[in-house]
Amino acid sequence: MNMPATKIEVESATPAGSAAPVVAMTPKRPPRSEAYARMVRETAVRVIPPLVVIALLTLVWELVCRRAGSALPPPSRVFKDTKELILDPFFDHGGIDKGLFWHLSASLQRVAFGYSLSAIAGIALGVLVGQSVWAMRGLDPLFQVLRTIPPLAWLPLSLAAFRDGQPSAIFVIFITSIWPIIINTAVGIRNIPQDYRNVAAVVQLNPLEFFGKVMIPAAAPYIFTGLRIGIGLSWLAIVAAEMLIGGVGIGFFIWDAWNSSHISEIILALIYVGIVGFVLDRLIAGLGKIVTRGTAMN
Amino acid sequence: MTAYLKLDHIDKIFTRGAATTEVLKDICLTIEKGQYVSIIGHSGCGKSTLLNIIAGLTNASTGGVLLENREVNSPGPDRAVVFQNHSLLPWLTVYENVRLGVDKVFAKTKTRAERDAWVMHNLNLVQMAHAKDKRPSEISGGMKQRVGIARALAMEPKVLLLDEPFGALDALTRAHLQDSVMALHQKLGNTILMITHDVDEAVLLSDRIVMMTNGPSARIGEVLEVPLARPRKRLELATNTTYLKCRQRVLEFLYERHRFVEAA
Repeated sequence: MNMPATKIEVESATPAGSAAPVVAMTPKRPPRSEAYARMVRETAVRVIPPLVVIALLTLVWELVCRRAGSALPPPSRVFKDTKELILDPFFDHGGIDKGLFWHLSASLQRVAFGYSLSAIAGIALGVLVGQSVWAMRGLDPLFQVLRTIPPLAWLPLSLAAFRDGQPSAIFVIFITSIWPIIINTAVGIRNIPQDYRNVAAVVQLNPLEFFGKVMIPAAAPYIFTGLRIGIGLSWLAIVAAEMLIGGVGIGFFIWDAWNSSHISEIILALIYVGIVGFVLDRLIAGLGKIVTRGTAMN
Repeated sequence: MTAYLKLDHIDKIFTRGAATTEVLKDICLTIEKGQYVSIIGHSGCGKSTLLNIIAGLTNASTGGVLLENREVNSPGPDRAVVFQNHSLLPWLTVYENVRLGVDKVFAKTKTRAERDAWVMHNLNLVQMAHAKDKRPSEISGGMKQRVGIARALAMEPKVLLLDEPFGALDALTRAHLQDSVMALHQKLGNTILMITHDVDEAVLLSDRIVMMTNGPSARIGEVLEVPLARPRKRLELATNTTYLKCRQRVLEFLYERHRFVEAA
């Protein structure tokens, strides 16, 4: 959510040099504008340092890669090569020759699908393991072993099972992101204070009401920690999986660019992958903040 | 004496591995309807365990609890508990915390509007109606405890169980809340069983004080009637001879005959 604002700042502020004049320029009219000025100042304090660092890093990159014969293109080259991709992300020439928007949205759709499945299954299994000692004894060792298997190691197996790229990719996302969700949910359930259980017992909530009214809200901070780790892992997994399964998707776009030696396109795609991953993470974190706003202990 | 709540030869033995600890030994007590009874004892004597047994949150090893001549051994709203640390659900507002119990207890007997009115009535009783939309983290400790009391009262319990309800509060808030509980008891005539370790509080509030010996194998050492007329006023009692005598008796029991021995 921060990102679009930052982007605008990047484009408007960097050519003008430092952003300090922006602060000074805010009009000193009625008291309301002072609050506005303070807001601008606070935003500037947060936005300027990363902009400076980015500018410096870009400069170093430019200097290092500008020499003739360097393996990687400097930022100016990257921008020149990928201008069309940046300016028109929506073109569609059929096949896999599409704009970056379509590649990203194809990847995001897979992630949305696989991640939703893993969120549902992960929370359900986490509740089971957190609530039942026997389920924990039976399942926990299994989970601990399975969760160490790297995402891509699942891909051949799922291709063999599904015989199709699309469900295989979704399965890889599912199996990658489910473990932190299960484990964190289970910890959250196990840590529900005995007090809350006592209250529920005195009020005589039935198991279903206890689940909805006490268990899920009490464990919500833990669950969202799991969900947040999960979304990060699924975004990691999708790019890798797509490189292997092909078709439309940002992962395959990168692989395709490598095969055609379009290094600039790879760099652009990496920037987009990073930004999308960041936005996804913030999205889940923000959702968690809204949902768990009441759960913060006094 | 008509027994309303009866504790019948309750023993409680905790077993951990091969080691067994007898916490409570042969607890017998009868409480009349409308009485205010306090249980006092040093920490670790099993007072809270006893309250949990009455609440049904723990089972007695032998013996049982009879409420209106019916055995009770699982938790229920007829024995609502006010917990020491209030135990309000932090994600619900004050109103919703009280409503949670009301919705369960009066699901069939009250309409939606009646339940709403009943919640507000109980919040009014503890003077917390103004904060009904606040969350527990936004109100003070004393206010939380008030809401806890409202939640318990709203379930119309046969016996109200107070587990050191004022223990976590500062002295001024505590006195204020004690007066509130006294006024509520006067007004509603509830049967109340309170766990405490505060001698003044026990004498001020109770009709009878049950003094427990030190554990392990804690027993009821002595039961003291407090023959003070109600309504009681904190300031007047400070010089009242009956009050001072009762206080003396409890102090003697706790600090001379059953002095608290620090665990090694």
